[in-house]
Amino acid sequence: MKSQKSIYISINGKKLKTEEGKSILEVAQNAGIEIPSLCFHPDLEVKAVCRMCVVEIKGKRGLFTACSTKAEDGMEVMTDSLEIRRARKVNLELIFSQHREECPDCIWSFNCQLFKLAREYNVKITRFADRKTNYPLFQFGPAINFDSSKCIDCRNCVEACEKYAVGFLEIKEKGHMFQVVPAKSQKKDCIYCGQCIVHCPVGAFEAVGEFEEIEKPLKEKDKIVIFQFAPAIRSSIGEEFGLPYGKVVTGKLVAGLRALGAHKVFDVSVGADFTTTEETNEVIEKAKKQKGLSSVLCFSSCCPSWVKFVEFYYPEFIPNISTTRPPHIILGGLIKTYFAKKENIDPKKIIVVSIMPCTAKKYEIERQELKIDGLKPVDYVLTTRELAFLFIKHKIDLKKIKPEKPDSPLGVPSGAGVIYGASGGVMESALRTIYKKLTNKRLTKIDFKQVRGQEGIKKAEIEIGGKKIKVAIANGMQNAKKILEELKINPRAYNFVEVMACPGGCIGGGGQPVPANSKIRKERAAALYQIDSKKDQRVAHENPIVKKLYKDYLTDKKTIEAICHTKYSQKKKGKNKIIKN
Amino acid sequence: MNIIEKLKNSNLKGRSGSGFPTGLKWELVKNEKADKKYIICNASEGEPGNSKDGFILKKYPEILIEGIKIALATIDHSVAYIYLRKDYYQKFKKPLEKLIGKLPITLFKKQGGYLSGEETTILNVIEGKRAEPRIKPPFPTQSGLFGCPTLVNNVETFYQVAKILKGEYKNTKFYSISGDVKHPGVYELSESWDIGQILKETRNWPNFDFFVQAGGGASGEILLSSELNQPIKGIAAIIVYNLKETNPSHLMKTWAEFFLKENCDKCVPCREGVFRISEMLKAGKIDKALLDDLFFVLRETSLCPLGKSVVTPFESLLRKVYKI
Repeated sequence: MKSQKSIYISINGKKLKTEEGKSILEVAQNAGIEIPSLCFHPDLEVKAVCRMCVVEIKGKRGLFTACSTKAEDGMEVMTDSLEIRRARKVNLELIFSQHREECPDCIWSFNCQLFKLAREYNVKITRFADRKTNYPLFQFGPAINFDSSKCIDCRNCVEACEKYAVGFLEIKEKGHMFQVVPAKSQKKDCIYCGQCIVHCPVGAFEAVGEFEEIEKPLKEKDKIVIFQFAPAIRSSIGEEFGLPYGKVVTGKLVAGLRALGAHKVFDVSVGADFTTTEETNEVIEKAKKQKGLSSVLCFSSCCPSWVKFVEFYYPEFIPNISTTRPPHIILGGLIKTYFAKKENIDPKKIIVVSIMPCTAKKYEIERQELKIDGLKPVDYVLTTRELAFLFIKHKIDLKKIKPEKPDSPLGVPSGAGVIYGASGGVMESALRTIYKKLTNKRLTKIDFKQVRGQEGIKKAEIEIGGKKIKVAIANGMQNAKKILEELKINPRAYNFVEVMACPGGCIGGGGQPVPANSKIRKERAAALYQIDSKKDQRVAHENPIVKKLYKDYLTDKKTIEAICHTKYSQKKKGKNKIIKN
Repeated sequence: MNIIEKLKNSNLKGRSGSGFPTGLKWELVKNEKADKKYIICNASEGEPGNSKDGFILKKYPEILIEGIKIALATIDHSVAYIYLRKDYYQKFKKPLEKLIGKLPITLFKKQGGYLSGEETTILNVIEGKRAEPRIKPPFPTQSGLFGCPTLVNNVETFYQVAKILKGEYKNTKFYSISGDVKHPGVYELSESWDIGQILKETRNWPNFDFFVQAGGGASGEILLSSELNQPIKGIAAIIVYNLKETNPSHLMKTWAEFFLKENCDKCVPCREGVFRISEMLKAGKIDKALLDDLFFVLRETSLCPLGKSVVTPFESLLRKVYKI
């Protein structure tokens, strides 16, 4: 990288050192100087369309947007003046004229930028009648809602969908005004990743049921309600209670869920240990049938957006998706079979609620082929945000609550099960297990650092028992696409491919708290690797619970198939409806 | 004397309306270091009342091509586009192709409306992207089409360049005259003449009370007949309105409709501000304080020149004709 030249600028009289190429907004944010900005998101291109970050520059006439103006040596910036305040106030009033308020039921309820700015600039929110009252509310599959009457046309969602997902959101002109709409083309469909949600500054997107249906699982009368929480929740939900980024709150989460009235609380990371064990069994089987490990091509299957992506856009690769079920589905299945039997409970009476960093999991649990004896392994999915909201409603403060341990006998995960929440984690868990299974040797270096990190595509060659296997890890569908296109030309390019739809993996999921950006995602991921590094048990299939169940319960092929495996099929465009017009 | 010095000495200013010194623009592109550079001739005039590009394309296409040829020779590693309004593309494709022969000049049919004539929007359109303006800097001279240094000049600018090099430049300008006049049309006249003189010389000075819109039929400024002792700013379009017979409210509605239709809806002040102006006119009630606020954000915070230019016609009409 080119070394950047140091320069000095002043903001409101404060002298600041920075590098050439940085925008005024970046310099201000790094120095803790607040400049309002709505359309700016560090993950995305600078668009400079909300015109809220206007500042003055000494010696230059007019106002300049801080997000799109580069800092120059000696520049003197003022972030407040009568002119600036007037411009921000009027532009805010115009922004409010497009945004139908729905404050109590919004993912930004507790930290809404718009509302904060409205107060600061003494804005008359109702100066103009809402322009978009008749704009539709869309629903994409069973996962995502887009209320276009809240949209302020910053187009972050369109860019996020293009960058991380599939370009399902488009801009169309209707009666001289452009608006964001879902693609009509039969060749495009939403994969439910929810990146639109976490990149929208005003809550126009949310998960289906967020937040109006969050109480539903608690109202299941005469049922035994069991909660299970995903690996990536423990290092993110604290943010909703003012805890620092990357703070691990596993015990508090368990205590909170019990306080809500959960009969049992399980850790999905245990399910992840089963997923790894079964997935590696599957790979080893395949290798035996074919010409060894280096002839295998196997895709991870725990990201439902990725699975739908293959089923819809690249059906020719369906045979390569691992048939092993995702962790919460396996654990849910075990709860309704093994655990129910052991505790002598009628499985029909059990309600399993998964707390997920993900919106696509709401779609996944509706997949009919996952049913075991007619029962869905998981009955409800709540996102991290939804659970936090539920806690707040029930006056449960994660900051204050005393930590508790999750329930055994399905209680303690390996370290490998925890890192499932970060991009590369599924791969690393699989590599640890496969290495041990194939070489029977102690892992001298248990960390596979080459598969970690936030990059969009990671590639590595790993030697196992004298054989080299090629792995690729992608996050975001645009990156996954590159891998698939490469595989179309050279089917031997990789052996194992892990794909997660969201940036950085599940820690950057569409169900996670807002705001989210690469800095925050890094902290959330680092926390998971910290947990792993401190564990004694760091290999999935060596987890005593996994061993015990393979000895006592998962003993025949039929049971294993029913609980741990699934099938895939080519998908047509899903049901996307317009709820009101 | 080299070409750029000749252009500088001539004091030729870009004829798109912005008036940027042509010699300097050419020099900026020439001095950029790049393996590939682009030249774009903008023939996409889209503002009502302006038809000079079409006039030159019809009458002097060979002089236009000569101008582009000079640019190709002056700027290394360059190829050129002529970016034509849809109807111009249809009308002039054949004669232009004949003149172009084997020169590296491509004809490109404009996509979208008025805004697609803005220089950074043209870049997006040719690249196949959405017709929206880009954030400046970088300026097209630094990083334009496909990220390469790009010279964007208007049809008339290339025409005048050719004239300068032939030694035939007479400091003229093409004036489009329309509205309530007897002899509408395009006239090539001295650029230093004031508007009144132009109307008189073309036998278009009305014998009734009138006002004009100078600089374009949407974004041009309203001038009273007593204010015509000044040369025209911006695009040389003059539209004459009969004071008694023109309904100013109707006129404003047509402007609002034009901007509402033609803007890209990208930035808040232009998208929402124009919408609110249009709603106010529809309701028939002028709220001066609100208009002032909208004008302020349009002028001070719009992303591109279109948004900033919205204010001029409304503000000048209200002040001079409505007297508010």
